[in-house]
Amino acid sequence: MNFVVGILFSGIAMIILILIPWVGVGAFDLRLVFGIIVPYLALATFFVGIVLRVINWARSPVPFRIPTTAGQQWSLPWIKPNRIDNPKGTGGVVVRMIFEVLLFRSLFRNTRLEFRKGPKITYEWEKWLWLAALVFHYSFLVIFLRHFRFFLDPVPAFIHILERLDGFLQMGPLPVSGLGVPEVYITDMLLLLALLYLFLRRLYVHQTRYISLPADYFPLFLLLTLGLTGVLMRYFLRVDLTAVKELAIGLVKFHPKVPEGIGVIFYIHLFMLCTLIAYFPFSKLVHMAGIFLSPTRNLSNNSRFVRHINPWNYPVKVHTYEEYEDEFRDKMIEAGLPVEKMPEKAEEGAGAKEEEEKKE
Amino acid sequence: MKLEQLLSQKGPGILGKWLNLALETYPSDAHRFLKKQKDRFANPVGTTIEREIKSLYEELLREIDPERVSPILDRIVRIRAVQEFSPSQAVAFIFSLKYLVRRELEKELRENELFDDLPGFEARVDEVGLLAFDIYMKCREKLYEIRAREARAEVSGLLRKAGMIGMVPVWKAGIEKDNGG
Amino acid sequence: MSDLPKPEDLAKVKHLPPIWKGWMRTPVEIRSGIYCYGSKPANLEYVGMPNPREWSPVDEDWKLPDNWKQIFLDGLRERLEKFRSLKIFMDICVRCGACADKCHFFIGSGDPRNMPVLRAELLRSIYRKEYTTAGKILGRFAGAREMTYQVLKELWYYFFQCTECRRCSLFCPYGIDTAEITILGRELLNLLGLNTDWISAPVANCYRTGNHLGIQPHAYKDMIDFFVDDIEEITGVRLNPSFNRKGAEILFITPSGDVFADPGTYTCMGYLMLFHYLENLGLDLTWSTFASEGGNFGYFTSHEMAKRLNAKMYAEAKRLGVKWILGGECGHMWRVINQYMDTFNGPADFLEEPVSPITGTKFENAKTTKMVHITEFTADLIKQNKLKLDPSRNDNLVVTFHDSCNPARGMGLLEEPRYIIKNTCNHFYEMPDTTIREQTFCCGSGAGLNAGENMELRMRGGLPRANAVKYVHEKYGVNMMACICAIDRAALPTLMEYWVPEVGITGVHELVGNALILEGEKERKTDLRGEPLPGMEEEEEEENV
Ligand code: SF4
Ligand code: SF4
Repeated sequence: MNFVVGILFSGIAMIILILIPWVGVGAFDLRLVFGIIVPYLALATFFVGIVLRVINWARSPVPFRIPTTAGQQWSLPWIKPNRIDNPKGTGGVVVRMIFEVLLFRSLFRNTRLEFRKGPKITYEWEKWLWLAALVFHYSFLVIFLRHFRFFLDPVPAFIHILERLDGFLQMGPLPVSGLGVPEVYITDMLLLLALLYLFLRRLYVHQTRYISLPADYFPLFLLLTLGLTGVLMRYFLRVDLTAVKELAIGLVKFHPKVPEGIGVIFYIHLFMLCTLIAYFPFSKLVHMAGIFLSPTRNLSNNSRFVRHINPWNYPVKVHTYEEYEDEFRDKMIEAGLPVEKMPEKAEEGAGAKEEEEKKE
Repeated sequence: MKLEQLLSQKGPGILGKWLNLALETYPSDAHRFLKKQKDRFANPVGTTIEREIKSLYEELLREIDPERVSPILDRIVRIRAVQEFSPSQAVAFIFSLKYLVRRELEKELRENELFDDLPGFEARVDEVGLLAFDIYMKCREKLYEIRAREARAEVSGLLRKAGMIGMVPVWKAGIEKDNGG
Repeated sequence: MSDLPKPEDLAKVKHLPPIWKGWMRTPVEIRSGIYCYGSKPANLEYVGMPNPREWSPVDEDWKLPDNWKQIFLDGLRERLEKFRSLKIFMDICVRCGACADKCHFFIGSGDPRNMPVLRAELLRSIYRKEYTTAGKILGRFAGAREMTYQVLKELWYYFFQCTECRRCSLFCPYGIDTAEITILGRELLNLLGLNTDWISAPVANCYRTGNHLGIQPHAYKDMIDFFVDDIEEITGVRLNPSFNRKGAEILFITPSGDVFADPGTYTCMGYLMLFHYLENLGLDLTWSTFASEGGNFGYFTSHEMAKRLNAKMYAEAKRLGVKWILGGECGHMWRVINQYMDTFNGPADFLEEPVSPITGTKFENAKTTKMVHITEFTADLIKQNKLKLDPSRNDNLVVTFHDSCNPARGMGLLEEPRYIIKNTCNHFYEMPDTTIREQTFCCGSGAGLNAGENMELRMRGGLPRANAVKYVHEKYGVNMMACICAIDRAALPTLMEYWVPEVGITGVHELVGNALILEGEKERKTDLRGEPLPGMEEEEEEENV
């Protein structure tokens, strides 16, 4: 797949996806469909899809214990083991997983900070991928949580705190302050920046450009559109928030109704979200669930002192010592090696036949 | 101004372009890695070529001394001798310097009327290129040699001395029995 | 001047495939110097592997059964059901590229298919086509492709360009282990009889004679007897190792490479001397001519073959009635022992929890496998002050240590060998941090790739390792690299000869053998290799005169 085709393909898919609610709501006024039916369908797809996917994974057993060991094993008492990178028990695994899931530790390991070039030391920070990934995921999480203010009434205190923290760094009036820009959320900006970086990196780094599929560009575009429509709504094309909240709470309480007066931009935003969650279980985005099941990270390196059972272990054909001795008995005796059976007790025919075979 | 002066003045620019030419002989997807990863342990190919090509350029500004030039060439060519290159591909980037200089320095060469000095420089490039070819051949010979040696060393010298070699069954397919082609 | 050739054209000689073409549409050519010869029919027949026939990888026709595609796809489906790892690794890669430049084969060649992620995509694309809806409908747009003869050849070519070293998995945010994918990929190829001879021959040998080289019992014993003679010549002490002895306390198993190929043979002498030294302190150990191989080329064939070859370790321990097993220096042998053996062929309830007869140390970490690594065993001896060592006998060596991939990333055996080296040598220097321990670079010849015909591949794959060695050689004058792997001992001397000829290769227990002061030994003039000891060079010359 060449990357231009990949981007075009995803881009066109994106445009179609934007047009659907635009036309649907704008021209045909299908607010019921896009405000209620699609969200419910998407949610159902998401939950059923994820559950099925995880069940499907879990159906396959873990026959062997194959953690990637990234530190000293636990062996002699005076050698300090690395309990996190080479966990010996569940405790270490839990810490390792926490580091992986919350801090993307393996990704951080990626490159070193310093290198020498000629006589002087130069510094190059090569952890941008790690940073961008971290920024993206955490911004997304915060934004996701902030949105709970639409679904919950009264709004819980922690969401207010989160909003306050997020808006803490007033970025000052934008050039368009005349439109009444509310305080800017840092995470909104960070999310878009991180996404943009991840997209450009995919293009710029030749290796990733070479391996990228439309399925890699598409989620980025989807998230970018989601973020952009959100930002547009918040700062530029204001929508009636009370009405949005009414819709959201209706959805949550299973008393859905579509209030009047919500702009099309909202429906596009909502449709992007629906696409994202419906797409989730069928795409690489399932890495969110998969990381917890990855056998190289979630197992302890204990197979030398705790037996690991393979549920489909089956007997195999082996070459037994008896067969071995039968073949080499005479030579063993000659060399003074102990044998189980002395030749006179062994079947004579067999021995002679083997001798012949060997001569061939 | 002498040609050598000009070349050394314009060294960094020419060198950068020359390095690009050398690295562009690798699959396009690896360029950025080879160029940008400056850690000499994470990227031995790119950093070695970058380092050695610089020394080579300096050597080209004076009389060629094979004693000095060969080790530099060796470090580059030794790598290229085990990569996906035909012999000519492995050393071609050296000759390309001639045309690079003519193209990049055309104006300066004209202004300073240095075109007459060029043949001397170009002859040196050729000499280095030919040296590189020799080294390439040596590296390839080395490959065959170690292949043969390894096949022999497969059996301990001790056992060979003791005449026990026959007791080790032949496992190696052997070099001559190339079932490939 | 316009008629001058463009420098770009000249440097390239041949134009490269344009970036506009994705990898799926760039065909692969199987090149000599890179691929290993195909497996011989007799070797497959002997162990009952499918499709034995004469074939060559460069032939147009690989002589496959008509339903090869079905066999392959059914095999893939079966393995997806059996290995959660495979399923997850097929589904969750986000193609972030973190692993891309971590593979020594990519670093050394720049061949994009040697990026671990792309190596995995080769198989993943088929998985998508067969088992995902998107792949079935969208085809190439979803990264899916049809399984064709050409694709099969590509898989074969690149799964035998991976040393299963797991370096990529260290850097992957989801722990995707391309080594695991290669292992299963090779297993699939083996369903069609597509192994390399360098792997299938040792497998057949090992099955029959107990070791990869096909050494028969009497020869095995004779060889060790030669070492005994040689040691006597050097030290004046006569050793008396025993074989297949019932009732011994410990069974010792080491890769057969140690018994017959230099420089592993010197490591073997080191073991012999250590065991002799410990005899008086209460060691009761036997060698076996049947379990005469620690390594396991079956592991490079299929899980089943690995299990079949591994079985003889416990079987022999049971037959001889020993209490536990001691294992020699070997890489993939220890990955199998650590991560597979008990699961394959356990429980070894006829053995006892290993206890060092000399120090009384309980090896709790080997409670169920009942098998102890010799560097764990020796490190314990040194720590408890049980060995008389004279490290100055290794003073002519400036040593560095190469972590073999398997003990490093499939076990975590990092400090034990270093502790032994530091106690047996006075000059020890580490290579740079990013090239050792868990980040160690492969020798480039692991997983059955240490054949002769693929020398180019080996040399480029080993370049990152050699490059770091060169650095410590130039900086500290390092002239010897220690390792704890028999494949390393076979492959690294060759690698060094090409890249850094000044550096030799040694096993850790060769250093032990040199430093160990045996009871009643004469003044040693040479080390185990017959080279004069430091300070003895002149005497040596005088003798020669
Ligand atoms: S690091 Fe892991 S997720 Fe990223 S490209 Fe490699 S295998 Fe895929
Ligand atoms: S396991 Fe090693 S050889 Fe194989 S792809 Fe990963 S880094 Fe490369």
